[in-house]
Amino acid sequence: MSKSTISTASGDTPAATPDEQDLGAAGSQLSTAPAETLMGGPALGVIGWARWLWRQLTSMRVALLLLLLLALGAIPGSLIPQSGTDATKVADFEKNHPTLAPIYDKLGLFHVYSSVWFSAVYILLFVSLIGCIVPRTWQFVGQLRGRPPAAPKRLTRLPAYTTWRTRAEPEEVREAALALLKKRRFRAHAVGDAVAAEKGYLREVGNLAFHIALIVMLVAFAWGQLFKMEGNKLIVEGDGFSNTLTQYDDFKSGTLFSTDDLEPFSFTLKDFTGTYEASGPNRGTPRIYRAAVTYSEGAYGKDRQTLIEPNHPLDIGDSKVYLTAHGYAPVVTVRDGKGNVVYQDAVPLLPLDSNVTSSGVIKVYDGYRNAKGVSEQLGIQAFLLPTYVPGNEVSSAFPALLNPVLNLQPYHGDLGVNSGIPQSVYQLDKSHMKGFKDAKGLQTRENLKPGETMALPNGAGSITYEGTKEWANFQITRQPASGWALAGALTAIFGLAASLFIQRRRVWVRAVRGADGVTVVEMAGLGRSESAKVPEELGDLAGILYDQAPGAPDPEDDPAASPDPQAVPAEGAEK
Amino acid sequence: MTLAAATELAAATNENLANISNTLIYSAMAVYTLAFFAYIAEWLFGSRSKVGRTAAALTARTAAKTAPAVTVQKAGGTAVLERPEVVVRAVSGARDVPDGPGAHGGDEQGDLYGRIAISLTVLAFLIEFGGVLARAFSVQRAPWGNMYEFNITFSTVAVGVYLSLLALKKNVRWLGLFLTTTVLLDLGLAVTVLYTASDQLVPALHSYWLYIHVSTAIFCGAVFYVGAVGTILYLFKDSYESKLASGGKPGKFANSVLDRLPSAASLDKLSYRVNAAVFPLWTFTIIAGAIWAGDAWGRYWGWDPKETWSFITWVAYAGYLHARATAGWKGRKAAYLALIAFACWLFNYYGVNLFVSGKHSYAGV
Ligand code: HEM
Repeated sequence: MSKSTISTASGDTPAATPDEQDLGAAGSQLSTAPAETLMGGPALGVIGWARWLWRQLTSMRVALLLLLLLALGAIPGSLIPQSGTDATKVADFEKNHPTLAPIYDKLGLFHVYSSVWFSAVYILLFVSLIGCIVPRTWQFVGQLRGRPPAAPKRLTRLPAYTTWRTRAEPEEVREAALALLKKRRFRAHAVGDAVAAEKGYLREVGNLAFHIALIVMLVAFAWGQLFKMEGNKLIVEGDGFSNTLTQYDDFKSGTLFSTDDLEPFSFTLKDFTGTYEASGPNRGTPRIYRAAVTYSEGAYGKDRQTLIEPNHPLDIGDSKVYLTAHGYAPVVTVRDGKGNVVYQDAVPLLPLDSNVTSSGVIKVYDGYRNAKGVSEQLGIQAFLLPTYVPGNEVSSAFPALLNPVLNLQPYHGDLGVNSGIPQSVYQLDKSHMKGFKDAKGLQTRENLKPGETMALPNGAGSITYEGTKEWANFQITRQPASGWALAGALTAIFGLAASLFIQRRRVWVRAVRGADGVTVVEMAGLGRSESAKVPEELGDLAGILYDQAPGAPDPEDDPAASPDPQAVPAEGAEK
Repeated sequence: MTLAAATELAAATNENLANISNTLIYSAMAVYTLAFFAYIAEWLFGSRSKVGRTAAALTARTAAKTAPAVTVQKAGGTAVLERPEVVVRAVSGARDVPDGPGAHGGDEQGDLYGRIAISLTVLAFLIEFGGVLARAFSVQRAPWGNMYEFNITFSTVAVGVYLSLLALKKNVRWLGLFLTTTVLLDLGLAVTVLYTASDQLVPALHSYWLYIHVSTAIFCGAVFYVGAVGTILYLFKDSYESKLASGGKPGKFANSVLDRLPSAASLDKLSYRVNAAVFPLWTFTIIAGAIWAGDAWGRYWGWDPKETWSFITWVAYAGYLHARATAGWKGRKAAYLALIAFACWLFNYYGVNLFVSGKHSYAGV
């Protein structure tokens, strides 16, 4: 029994009826989808088992199952915090769910997309995919090198069928049919008493291209993960950066990345601009973020100007520089008791809320001597309200610098930098620090406007708030093979469109002399799925051919004139 | 940075146009409601006529056990009379059921109400379209910055797809009642829960990819929605037909309503075509999103919840397309998959926007 691979579009389709088996080779291989063989158990032996497993893995049924598993497996990663995207959320989760968290951790649920089980599903899927593509490609090449199968015996059995009688010679009709079909870009040839033609091979090409493109995308994605790098650098207006490992605030890279891959370039942040909605219900919503930078490529490149904005990174070679955050950096001058400047710098503060209420620490490590001339370190807790509205001392009323106020809280002693424990520049370790106290013995604390100075108690010096600069945070990334991923993606779309929109179909034209000497023409069409297009096209072709081989009057008892399609003229013709 | 610059740059919102847009959206809702009642009237009047085509076809067939029926059409168009006829055979084994007459069931008054309903739908569509346009002008950008705007655009596009199919003379008129019901739900949600005053975009959304990625996403959603309605009705109609074919007696309601719908095979074909046609566009939407993410966030794929659910939706639809080529999965099982896939799309829109936090946080609620 031949296995027909014609798909049918309708609801519940039972196994091929005797009718369909009649089609034999004519209906076969209209696609390269693997035949669904409902195999029993495997044959004995290791090879038998291996072959059985391989067939299972590359069957449509298992491919479907794996696809569903992949979709299912992707769900937990979207609902449970992932360490790859937000490590602090994972930490929170672990704190709040002390019993659940270890179980989740064991199951890899905090890093679903790199977990063993998720990888297993997609690797199996892609093995299945390769196992599916290779034989299908060979089969398709075979189909391309072969010719459309000969006409089935009974064309009446096909989904679209037409017939008429003509005075033209059968050879003439077949020749005309061959020419017509070729003109319509069918692959056509004459076999025996009929012309066989097929069209729509691009459908298969598209389908194979799509599946191959999926593999290209996966490999490109994996490659990108292995060789990627990603680092962050906070830069205050006026400062610069050059692309070496030591300059980064933090740096992550794929397992196969080497620091030699860092491209030589440097840039300076000249100016940062942020604007905000000034009124209405969305007052304070950011409108424009823009960083004006000067950059140069290579070790001795020429200086060039450019703007970096959200959605508009700077491309330098394979690297991209993104603007990811911004904030304020008050410029502060610290003087000791003698009036010597011991510190003058812009201190980046971290934004705490959407109105950019910011906090941080000014750390004076050396050079400062207290009123008695003893060397000490200073730590000054700083708190900036870009828009201070009297009455609200704890948070800013607007993100722009409309009425900036810097709140300072100075401490002296040992900053603890020599303890060996890495310190955040935004936090003050007060374990070896003492607060400056005012006359009443309370911690000194003062609000400064730009240009104002606070004096430290007992002639210990002073702190001046000179003004405010802005800082911007840049993310520098390199994700190799993204071009390949894009190429794969575009191929996938076109392949998919071809595979879904192109119909692969066959047309046969048989012309034979009937018993009464009149030529009987029969035409039939077969598509991969039941489609209105196939009979339409057949009618169209028949109309043209009919004009070249016009109808002959029907004899009285002509079966072709009968409305009953089961009365088959072709059978008479075949004798 | 000065205050003057801030106000100057942020002042563009035009309150007046925004109010006009709101009025138009409310008016569209009113007209959709009228259309909704007209569709109901169409179905009610249609129930007067006892068509029973499906039953007739199925019982006749079981009685006679004839070969699959054939239809005949003229070759080369209807104009040329003496040309040969093309005989079209249904694929053997498929149930051979004629399509129902539509909601009006052949009843004249029902048909009249149906026509009124469609006219009202066209009117409401135009008004709603105007509302979306006014919104776009009031914010001076594409009206796709928050969920309120997504919802009003989404329903406009869904109705647009329906009317286009009608204009192309596709047999989809019966969709009207289901469509207006959901459009009213969608708009109701938009103006109550999701309403966001008209406003400009946050910097992260300033990109021409917004036009490409979001417009195709909304369009895909609207088309997937039409596919899903077709699929649900297919499931009902299919079990109705099976029941009849096996000699069962469906309830009165089923007899009256389902009989007027197209045959299960037609419904199935419609939803397959609709889903398959839009699947490449959905693929493109995801890829466009990845390219945008590459520009905006420094990586083209990062398993953000929105990205993950788009991927899940995509894989689910791919599963559906595979199922249709897999023996034993065609028909009902594939239809369930299509519904699961659409549920994923819905969750990606409502669920992820409202309940899951990620980089795509622009619900505006
Ligand atoms: C990454 C996973 C996969 C995805 C996303 C995917 C997607 C698709 C899509 C969307 C189609 C629809 C095109 C059409 O209906 O003609 C399709 C068709 C097809 N796929 Fe896949 N596929 C995947 C894996 C596989 C695997 C593993 C196999 C092999 C077992 C396979 C075999 C096929 C075949 C044979 C067709 C054509 C069916 C037909 O001719 O009707 N696919 N695939």
